[in-house]
Parts: sequence; structure tokens; C-alpha cells
Amino acid sequence: MNAALHVTASGSIAMLQDLGRTGNQRYGVPVSGALDWVSLRIANAVAGNPDGTAALECFYRGPTLEVAADSVRAVAVGAAIELASGGRNRTVPAGQSVRLARGDRFTVGPGERSLVAYLAVEGGFALPGDLGSLSTFPRAGLGGIDGRPIRKGDALPLALAAAPDRAERRAPPWDRAPPARVRIVLGPQDDHFTGEGRRTFLESIYTVSRQSDRMGMRLEGPAIEHAKGFNIVSDGTAPGSIQVPGNGLPIVLLADRPTTGGYPKIATVASADVPALGRLRPGATIGFDPIGVADAEAARRELEARLADLRTALQAARRAR
Amino acid sequence: VSDSQPRLLPNGDTALAVEFGERIDRATSERVLALHDRLARAALPGVVELLPTFRSLMVHYDPVRTSGTALARAIEPLLDGLEGVRPAARRWTLPVCYDPAFALDLEEVAARTSLTPAEVIEHHSATTYHVYMIGFLPGYPYMGDLPQRLALPRRENPRTQVPAGSVAIATTMTAVYTLASPGGWHILGRTPVPLWSRRRNPPAVLAPGDKVRFAPIDIAEFERLASEAAAGGLELESVAVR
Repeated sequence: MNAALHVTASGSIAMLQDLGRTGNQRYGVPVSGALDWVSLRIANAVAGNPDGTAALECFYRGPTLEVAADSVRAVAVGAAIELASGGRNRTVPAGQSVRLARGDRFTVGPGERSLVAYLAVEGGFALPGDLGSLSTFPRAGLGGIDGRPIRKGDALPLALAAAPDRAERRAPPWDRAPPARVRIVLGPQDDHFTGEGRRTFLESIYTVSRQSDRMGMRLEGPAIEHAKGFNIVSDGTAPGSIQVPGNGLPIVLLADRPTTGGYPKIATVASADVPALGRLRPGATIGFDPIGVADAEAARRELEARLADLRTALQAARRAR
Repeated sequence: VSDSQPRLLPNGDTALAVEFGERIDRATSERVLALHDRLARAALPGVVELLPTFRSLMVHYDPVRTSGTALARAIEPLLDGLEGVRPAARRWTLPVCYDPAFALDLEEVAARTSLTPAEVIEHHSATTYHVYMIGFLPGYPYMGDLPQRLALPRRENPRTQVPAGSVAIATTMTAVYTLASPGGWHILGRTPVPLWSRRRNPPAVLAPGDKVRFAPIDIAEFERLASEAAAGGLELESVAVR
């Protein structure tokens, strides 16, 4: 019998995401991947997986899953695992791995404070993916299970028939609070806005709109004034590009961003701060602090060093046992 | 000289745009594509991928392995002499059925351009188009330039669902909807050739720089080619041209 997790309730919305599919942007294929790739990588480090292993990205209340394998080791980051096993209920805190047995039924709880949470399993999911990635991109039917979010009745095939025998791990503390401000680099088209428009952008607090999705975070607040219209000849977009369409309200492009766009981009969120955007729920507020490219690169290298330290600490703990 | 100095524009700390201007024209596009070829060959450390657009080349990079400054230093010497250096382009002939069953906007386009539907088809299929870039949808080719007689702004009311394979026009461009999608372009016909498949590598038939001409087919030929495509047996063959 094939090892799997059976979906008995889909929750709000959940789908498989890894670190995205690169290499096909010139064919118009969005990169996709986890919104909060820091949390995904922490979950994988605890589960003993490589960084880019696909996990379930869960919005709001996560799915309920039943173990159809000898055992499976799971960890959720951003939410707790609520477990019903042998007639007992218990909660496995966020960041803590747990070995589950056949027939155990568990729910990825509502996010602690974050919009998204991740459920990783040791060994990952045994799915083929598309174009080198398991990331789900429903618009083109790529990745995941048939290119769509998971549904009740799905069986998510597991790569491992049983969880290897070893001590459980817990992620060291990591600040995952939704940010009040993020760092940005101005440009590439900040010259398409008036001085007043740039000031509005930098000095205002914006509210995350309900219209946001994995493609873009739409913001509500003071309108930003364009200097020379709101159409540009389409050019490339980057993760965290902040485009400003005709209504003057900024849209921060996220994981499923189109590869090209025709609105001027006033700024780009520093890559070290992009994952934290995935923690912001509709109604949350956000402001922007300008920094230079070199500072943004330094911030990213520092983040990568901290993630490497976290992985080393987890591996050292394993050896010490 | 048309050869104005390109601008290097940071997009945060993961991408650098090399911008050759703010217009859509072949000369600009050829420079973008020539730089794309040069950088693809150069394989600079830390460059993740390259994306040619109408008027710029987007260089996506890994800020852990390189920096915007180091990249700019490596790119600047490669910016000279980009005119007329691109060796080969691929030429495709794409069958299109302009039957009213598919050509949802042919009558309207004819009326608005003071042409007959047959003349619209003739203009649309008599031009060899240049693929400027792929964007909007996976595999969606922005091709130009449309004959001046056919230039129209986008529809005021975009459709919520345009069928896959629809061949459409707007402004100075023509394109093919590679997936069913909302869309605001004027639909002139449909091609039975799937220009996009997640099972292929690369997944799109067309690439920036390719040359495309449309060949009108009747509905019987469309049905024949469509069933061939459904069986997985339809492959367009490209011919290398100068």
C-alpha cells in the first residue's frame, strides 16, 4: 500500500509550495513558490529535509489529514498541529516535530498571528511536479496535485513509508511576527512619480486589502501621484516589485507575480523582507523604509547566515543524542 | 546615433534591468536580444535567469552569490556593439482558422477599421511578425508590428474568458491566448497548434526573437489539426532564417 496523507477536510485553502520554478520566466512562467520561504525553510530544517522540499502552504485554518502510512514525521511552522490519536486530543506546538502513526488524524491549526503556515513531512511528498518544481500555480495548472489546491478526498503521496527512528526536534526561537514596516529600494521607475507622490508613498501607512492573493498584495491608503501617466512599456518584474496602477494604490507583487508588467514600479521590497509579507493578513498595516541596494543585499546575506546557523544548531542537537 | 547608452536600473537586490529605451521598436528589441545571447553565453556567477522584454533585459540574480555592483561591472563591457550581431532567428508558420465560429470580433474589427472581414484576414496574415517577448500568460507571445490599418485600442469591456488558442490583436500587437483566460484583445481566429505545454521543455513553442506568419485554414483543416494535436502528434517545425 502506498504511503499517503488523506485529506479529510480541506480547511480554508492549502496547496503544495516549494522554493519555486526558476528558469522559465522568459517563457512567461511565474516563479511561484512559498510566500513565506523563511518559514518553509525552518519547517524543512526541523523535518530534516533539504531547503527546497515542498510543504503544504495553509491559509487561515489548515486542512485535516489522516495518516495512511506506517508512520510519518510532521512539523508545522506558523501554526500548531491539533492531533486526535487513540481517543486522545493533544496539541503539538509550532516548530516541534512529531511522529504520527497510521490512522492518526490531525489538523493544521489556524495561523498563530500569520496569514500562512507550513506543514512539512520528513522526506517530502512523492509527486512529479512540473518544470522542476512542485509549486502549485492553479492559473496554468502547474505543480501540486493536478495543479490545484488540495481537496477533501485527495491522497498526498509520501516519499517515505515510515518515519526514521530518531529524536524529535524543535525549531529555535525565530521572530515571525507580522512586520509593521518593511525595507524597500526605490525604483526602477520612481521617476514616474511626482516628488509629492514619492513622499506619500514613504510617509503613509497602508492597509492590506481583502483583494490580495498570491500574485499581489493590494494596499489601501493615500493615492500616489504619477508624474507621466500610469502606463509604461511592459518590462520585467521582481519579487516584491511595488507597482502603482492608475488609481494610485500600490500593489506589492508576490510569489505568483506575472513575469512582466505594464505599470510603473515605484520601489522593490528588500528580498530579506519579502517572506514576512506572507504573514500579513487583510486589515494589517504596513509602512516602507528606503535603503540602498548594498544594504538590501547585506540584509539578505545576514538572513541566509541566520538560516544556516539554525540548520547547524538542529543538526548538532541531533548528533548530541 | 540611435545607440543611446543603456541604463542599469536596480529592482531591489535580486534583479537588475538593462534598459535600452522606452519605446517598442525592432532596433531596441534586437539590442535586448543580442545582450540576452551574450549574457546567456557569459554565464556570470550568481545570475539566476534572464528575461528579455520589449525594451529591456531583466537580469535576475542571487544576492548571496553576487551583487548589483559586481553584476553592473561585468555587464557594462558587454553593452557595446549590440547592433546587427544577432545571427539566426527561427521562423514559424502558424495555421489560423478565421471562421466566424472562432473569430468573435472579426466583424467589429472590420467595421471599426473600414475594411471587409476578408481584408482584415488578408492584412493580418500577410505580415511576418517579430516575437518581442513572452508574458501575461505562460507562453503568451507579444508579436509585432501589426499593420497600421488594424491598430485598435484594447476592448473597453474585457472578456472574462477567452478560449485557449484564440488569436487576437490590440494596439500594435498580435498574440495567441495560450491558456483560457480573461482578456481584452480583439479575437480574429483560433490556432489548433498548442503553443504551450507543461510537459515540454522548454514549455513554450515560441521564444523572444522568433518570426511568425499566420496561414489561414478552413474549419475542416482546423478540426483535422486539432485532433492531431489532441493525440499529441502535432509538431510545428521551425526553419532557421537570417
